[in-house]
Amino acid sequence: MNIKNNISNLQHSNLSEQSQYLSGTSRNDLLVVENLSVSFIQYQSGMKQRNLEVICDLNVNVRSGEVVAIVGSSGSGKSLLAHAILGILPSNAKVSGTMIYNGQALTGERQKAIRGSEISLIPQSVNYLDPLMKVGEQVQNTIKTKDAKVRQQQIFQRYQLSKAAGILYPFQLSGGMARRVLVATAVSGGAKLIIADEPTPGLHPEVVAETLSHLKELADQGCGVLMITHDIEAAMKIADRIAVFYAGTTVEVAPIEDFTNTGEALRHPYTKALWKALPENDFTPIPGFQPTPADLPSGCLFEPRCQLRTAACGAGKPEMAELRGGQVRCIHAT
Amino acid sequence: MNSAKYVLGKALRMISLLIALCLVSFILVKNSPIDPVQAYIGADMMRVSEEQRELIAENWGLDKPPIEQFFSWAGAIVQGDFGTSMIYREPVIEVIGQRFAASLALMGVAWVLSGIFGFLMGIIAGMNRGKLIDRAIKWYCLTLAATPTFWLGLILLIIFAVWLGWFPIGMGVPVGVLSEHVSISEKLYHLILPALTLSIVGVANIALHTRQKLLDVLESDYVLFARANGESGLGLVWQHGVRNIALPAVTLQFASFSELFGGSVLAEQVFSYPGLGQATVSAGLRGDVPLLLGIVLISAIFVFSGNLIGDIICSVVDPRIKEDRSSV
Ligand code: SF4
Repeated sequence: MNIKNNISNLQHSNLSEQSQYLSGTSRNDLLVVENLSVSFIQYQSGMKQRNLEVICDLNVNVRSGEVVAIVGSSGSGKSLLAHAILGILPSNAKVSGTMIYNGQALTGERQKAIRGSEISLIPQSVNYLDPLMKVGEQVQNTIKTKDAKVRQQQIFQRYQLSKAAGILYPFQLSGGMARRVLVATAVSGGAKLIIADEPTPGLHPEVVAETLSHLKELADQGCGVLMITHDIEAAMKIADRIAVFYAGTTVEVAPIEDFTNTGEALRHPYTKALWKALPENDFTPIPGFQPTPADLPSGCLFEPRCQLRTAACGAGKPEMAELRGGQVRCIHAT
Repeated sequence: MNSAKYVLGKALRMISLLIALCLVSFILVKNSPIDPVQAYIGADMMRVSEEQRELIAENWGLDKPPIEQFFSWAGAIVQGDFGTSMIYREPVIEVIGQRFAASLALMGVAWVLSGIFGFLMGIIAGMNRGKLIDRAIKWYCLTLAATPTFWLGLILLIIFAVWLGWFPIGMGVPVGVLSEHVSISEKLYHLILPALTLSIVGVANIALHTRQKLLDVLESDYVLFARANGESGLGLVWQHGVRNIALPAVTLQFASFSELFGGSVLAEQVFSYPGLGQATVSAGLRGDVPLLLGIVLISAIFVFSGNLIGDIICSVVDPRIKEDRSSV
């Protein structure tokens, strides 16, 4: 209830400023997320409370027919972005910012109405399926029309799942089968926007390739795909653009072509460092650790680890700015 | 093959449990202040001479060493001979048989009622977490968990039988009617208050357990995903909640046979209901050793069967456990 009200209130108050926020995004955007913040109230000893901001001023947009990857290290709260878009955050979460889906504000009510149909989630693992329900039945559950059973079987066929797979329980699925069932569940409602949360965790290379090709195929058919992952290499195989997630926000959004050579086309020092840290590049690790939501630096979030920092970097959080066909949150980016 | 192994394992456990139980009960009774001869003679004690008492003791083998006594008793038990009840002057097995039937009706009704209502209360509380109804149910359950059965029985008896006069004050059948003339409805009529007492206390456990399980399920990843797929409200709880909490609830309800039996001992005493519980108290108070030991064994089998049935249902219905067993 709380979240819903928060979102709709904010969206009402922000609606007038929309045009200004949306300056950097084009008209055929399926989803626009502007300055999204998600915070939780944490109770400390005594009566003290504090607001723990897990996502802060996050910007990202997804167009129909493209794959956008949000890349960030594991456990940094990326999944909450997916939950915020779907409106399924826990009730103690506070959400602010603007979300626009298909040209209209994505209010709590609208989220409720279209999740599972227009917007759907591909979850991380088979744990997201009901352990005591046959997987075929679970897919049918997400299809709201009368011919659910037929549609489910068609979708299973499309993902090379046999008829017999439908009567298996989640724990009986092999790794590859589980991935296909999860994708099948997500597409069964005819979604236009698909959010894949960590779609390739610890899988066999063939299963990774297969899962990625499914996502790419969905984008080719006109869906917008938002892939949330820690695996930059997997992201690079299918993404059109990559948004780099650091300490609760996006520090850069770059077209995939910029991820080449020594990364000179990249905009943010963190993105460049991430690129250099890959085994096939320099393999140089980035010194230091990501700050936790409990103690974020007051200025630029990357400042404590940044080699380009100046006195001005600590003064305040850099705004997201347009730069060479991408966006970046760094005052010294060129 | 595996099922056979499973059953065999369970049977072995049951047997070893019973042997241990026999041993412990025997030692306890042997060291208790009950003098079986005195208990047997009862009020005629003054008229029985010392020599006669020694004769009885010798006749019963009480002069033999305890180990020997144990084996001759255990040997008889194995052959199904539980001895003769001293207070009823009937074979123990028959006393238990009649009493058990009466208790079973009482416990059965209470068991079903408390199971159904406890489950529903748990679901209602879990779905409305933190709201008034949830707090009310929680308060009710926690209060009940601390309420002695006999006390609640007395309260009900005072209100419904003494003040309102709706129900009989006690006994399993009307007073002064030959047992063959007692109708089923009269039996049921006498059953209501004690069964109600047992059910009112019995819901607490199952309701609190169900509430907690439902909360766990509602916080699970699969419910999150179901919500992401547009499911919500009662439909969601029905589809994923009930499915995932029914099994543990049924298991728990079967595992609660021991509390049920304990409760019925007290309730039967309060309502003078002629069940096994009442027989237990009489046997204990009046030193009827054969009956007491018989009841201990039978109730152990009863409680063990409850757990076993719970296990079996769980493993037959839950596909994960079924798989586990067949893949061993
Ligand atoms: S703003 Fe300063 S500290 Fe932050 S990334 Fe840019 S150069 Fe580094």
